[in-house]
Amino acid sequence: MGVDRMSGKLYVARSSQIAARKLDGEMMIMSAVDSTLFTLNETATVVWEAADGSTSLDEIVASRICGQFDVAHGEALQDAGELVRQLAAHGILLVSEEPIPAQGLAKKAGA
Amino acid sequence: MLELAAPGDSSSVTIEIGGIATRVAAADPTFVQMLENRYAGFVSSRADADFHFHVDLGEPGVADPDAEVSVTQDSGCWSVQRGDFRAEWEPASRRGRIRQSPNHYSIDAVLRILHSLLLARQGGFLLHAASAIRNGKAFLFAGVSGAGKTTIAGLAPADASLLTDEISYVRKQAYGYSACGTPFTGELEKPGENISAPIAALYLLAKGPANRIEPVPAAEAARALLSNILFFAKDKEMVGALLHSACEFVSRVPVSRLTFVLDFSVWGLIG
Repeated sequence: MGVDRMSGKLYVARSSQIAARKLDGEMMIMSAVDSTLFTLNETATVVWEAADGSTSLDEIVASRICGQFDVAHGEALQDAGELVRQLAAHGILLVSEEPIPAQGLAKKAGA
Repeated sequence: MLELAAPGDSSSVTIEIGGIATRVAAADPTFVQMLENRYAGFVSSRADADFHFHVDLGEPGVADPDAEVSVTQDSGCWSVQRGDFRAEWEPASRRGRIRQSPNHYSIDAVLRILHSLLLARQGGFLLHAASAIRNGKAFLFAGVSGAGKTTIAGLAPADASLLTDEISYVRKQAYGYSACGTPFTGELEKPGENISAPIAALYLLAKGPANRIEPVPAAEAARALLSNILFFAKDKEMVGALLHSACEFVSRVPVSRLTFVLDFSVWGLIG
């Protein structure tokens, strides 16, 4: 898996095997596989919400992270790569070097 | 389709918890008598039980007797296994079977799981919490083992009615949420009273040097609630329902952290 490869494009998508809900600005995600609960901070929530399978992580970081938070692109991309690696390891985010078809992906959680 | 083995059943008992009646039938009247004693206070005379179970008494025949509980759904049929029992039921026909040795611990577990699944579809849940009714309102005291559920239940004054010291039964209602008494006991080994009332507050228990109540923000409350809900199904639809229910609950019921000292004075803050 090319999660650690920051030179190539990575595409991320929310797994269909989760339930997600945003409460008081905090994203809560439960795995349907083992009922583990994850809560995401503000930046991680931005990445999660933008993980539509067709937008690359690089684009998400450039347009959604660097545009909203005061952080250098390289540093933000490295942090985002680590985040998606961790979420992918738990099976709640899909990561690919190719765009991920929308079929079977989770919808963005509402408040 | 499961067979409901009515032939050979010489005895049965209907156990009604949270308004849901489960008829349990077995060939051995001694076993049924044991259940009547165990669930005294929750035995119902309702003829129209919501669920019907037949219990086959014997070794459950599971592969691993030390295995944790496993809950799966296949073609609309729920299967539940633990080292000491096997159970399966069809929600559509509301009938099922349990294979276990003659003890009440196994059927206790089956009932908890059955009710947790039924409640999940209705926006309710079973919660690791003591609960009691005072002045017409129900109060829940949640926490992991050792947090003080049994302690605070044991400290309850005479004007409080104990619903449980271990597993609270939460139902969604049009007006909010209600708590119902359960026969599920913790260290107190005293079944709750078979009554219910609207839930006025959920307290997250912590022992400390002084009695204190502090509001808990919604997201933190939802996380704490989810960590205390009994949930067994590895099923996407059920997980989604559970997460939705927890968020709904904390948006409608005040959640606070209750730090308390180990004496009766804490009940001065409750009710």
